[in-house]
Amino acid sequence: MSVSSSALHVRGLRKSYKDVVAVDSIDLDVPVGECFGLLGPNGAGKTTTIEICEGLTKPDSGDVQILGLRWATDALRLREKLGIQLQETQLSEKLSVVETLELFRSFYRQGPAVGDVIHLVQLEEKRTARVGALSGGQKQRLALACALVGAPELLFLDEPTTGLDPQARRQLWDLITVFKREGRTVVLTTHYMDEAEVLCDRVAIMDHGHVIALGTPNELMASVPMPPKEPRAHAATLEDVFVSLTGRHLRDE
Amino acid sequence: MKGHPLIQLTLMRMREFAREPEAVFWAVFFPILLAAGLGVAFSGRPETVLKVAAVSPAIAEALRQDAGLDVTELTPDAARAAMNRGDVALTAEPGADGSVVFRYDDTNPEARTARMLADRAVQRAAGRVDPVTATDAIVREPGARYIDFLIPGLIGVGIMSNAVWGLGFSIVDARRRKLTKRLIATPMSRVHYLLSYLIWRKMILVIEVGIPIGFGALAFGVPVRGHWWDIVILSLLASLTFSALGLLVASRARTIEAVSGLMNLVVLPMWILSGVFFSAQRFPDVVQPFIRALPLTAFIDAMRGVLLQGLTLASFGRELLTLSAWLVVCFVVALKLFRWR
Repeated sequence: MSVSSSALHVRGLRKSYKDVVAVDSIDLDVPVGECFGLLGPNGAGKTTTIEICEGLTKPDSGDVQILGLRWATDALRLREKLGIQLQETQLSEKLSVVETLELFRSFYRQGPAVGDVIHLVQLEEKRTARVGALSGGQKQRLALACALVGAPELLFLDEPTTGLDPQARRQLWDLITVFKREGRTVVLTTHYMDEAEVLCDRVAIMDHGHVIALGTPNELMASVPMPPKEPRAHAATLEDVFVSLTGRHLRDE
Repeated sequence: MKGHPLIQLTLMRMREFAREPEAVFWAVFFPILLAAGLGVAFSGRPETVLKVAAVSPAIAEALRQDAGLDVTELTPDAARAAMNRGDVALTAEPGADGSVVFRYDDTNPEARTARMLADRAVQRAAGRVDPVTATDAIVREPGARYIDFLIPGLIGVGIMSNAVWGLGFSIVDARRRKLTKRLIATPMSRVHYLLSYLIWRKMILVIEVGIPIGFGALAFGVPVRGHWWDIVILSLLASLTFSALGLLVASRARTIEAVSGLMNLVVLPMWILSGVFFSAQRFPDVVQPFIRALPLTAFIDAMRGVLLQGLTLASFGRELLTLSAWLVVCFVVALKLFRWR
């Protein structure tokens, strides 16, 4: 694919911490407008990979291009175009919702009005509430709003629904779907297989720093023979894909 | 204007402070409590009467002629015991050939005074006549009391402690909770982030400086002789300098425990050396250049001169330079060393 329609282009990415190889030479290509998922258990290297793409960590080696730009040379331009949500929300507990968004909005040259973003994530009732008083789901919606307030072209979400109740998860999925419909790119990490199935156009499964499978959810599920003991008569889930590839469940540590 | 990142960051600092009741309490009341406590403890009850012990009735009689001495007659052993306990400043015993032996600690100023008074009393009782008539005209000058010496010291300690401790905890907490990490993923300028800490502390300068000066003036009559703009400029500079010091101290620590140790290491020497509670001249000469180079010493010396003597900042060029140098060096090094994630 030509570089101009590539949202994320990674070649030979390597990162080690002391004696642990977190990311062991992976390649990724994500075109503009795709929702791409990085799936895998804790320690697979998903967070390290995404933090390198977000410019928060320097890789040991490899080429990373985001929207045709590189961190070493175009850091400021890149930060204007990206929206990120880190694992575990970490906002100032004493500020209100609207104050937090005004703070983040002030960093970007362009972006929607703070009121519009609050409306989008359905936090109008909590506009003046302190962050410390919000529920888990509300905090994640606020974190997503902070990622959206600069009108990003590419959204990086690191485990966006971990620790949320089912209803809050569905609300977040709806928001991400809206963002997708506007033609922008999403790269997310998760260890929820249902999340990857619902949201992602394509999925890479990572384990021990490698990409062990890559494809659409349907392709991956079709490639795996149906487990004979399962009483359910439907296609394999991504969990089954993972088990058949590695012999372990996603959540076994 | 409201949307400028530096303003938004400074607003965040202000909100985090104002919405934390304990922080407000310490910033406002601590200097007042300290000043009130120390001022009352040292306030003008000059020791007009010194306690002495006399071993013979004749000496006791002679000493009682001086109104400044409170004389107790004791046996020699009891007299020495009393001196060891600090109950008397001096004992007077008869020596050979009608002489008098004074026992006292010559490093104790009260004892030296007692010795002079006692000697005079003994000489006069034996018939000394002073050729010159001396009369006393008592002058009580505000500006030379301990409380006057103390207030500028407490202002300096207040600005320094609030800056280093307030900034230190706030920065390390933001770093620990990964708020800093989240922020540097945005186009936010790192310089803006650090500057917001410097700027925000200026806002509460009015409290940090105004309240102790006001309290000192109202409660103790501490003079405010200098021009208000000299006081303001000096306080602003000190606040910036100590904030930059706070940035440097907190630039890399990951935990509250680590930064607490560092802050103590930096702040406590200045509490002791910089002439806050007693004159720094008491320290040996060889240490004086180091003491004068400390930012807290520079601030306190200048503030004493401006506040109590009405000097202008022009007289304190070296102190201003010291503060400015610390400000620039600390900020630049903090920016270089700062751990953002």
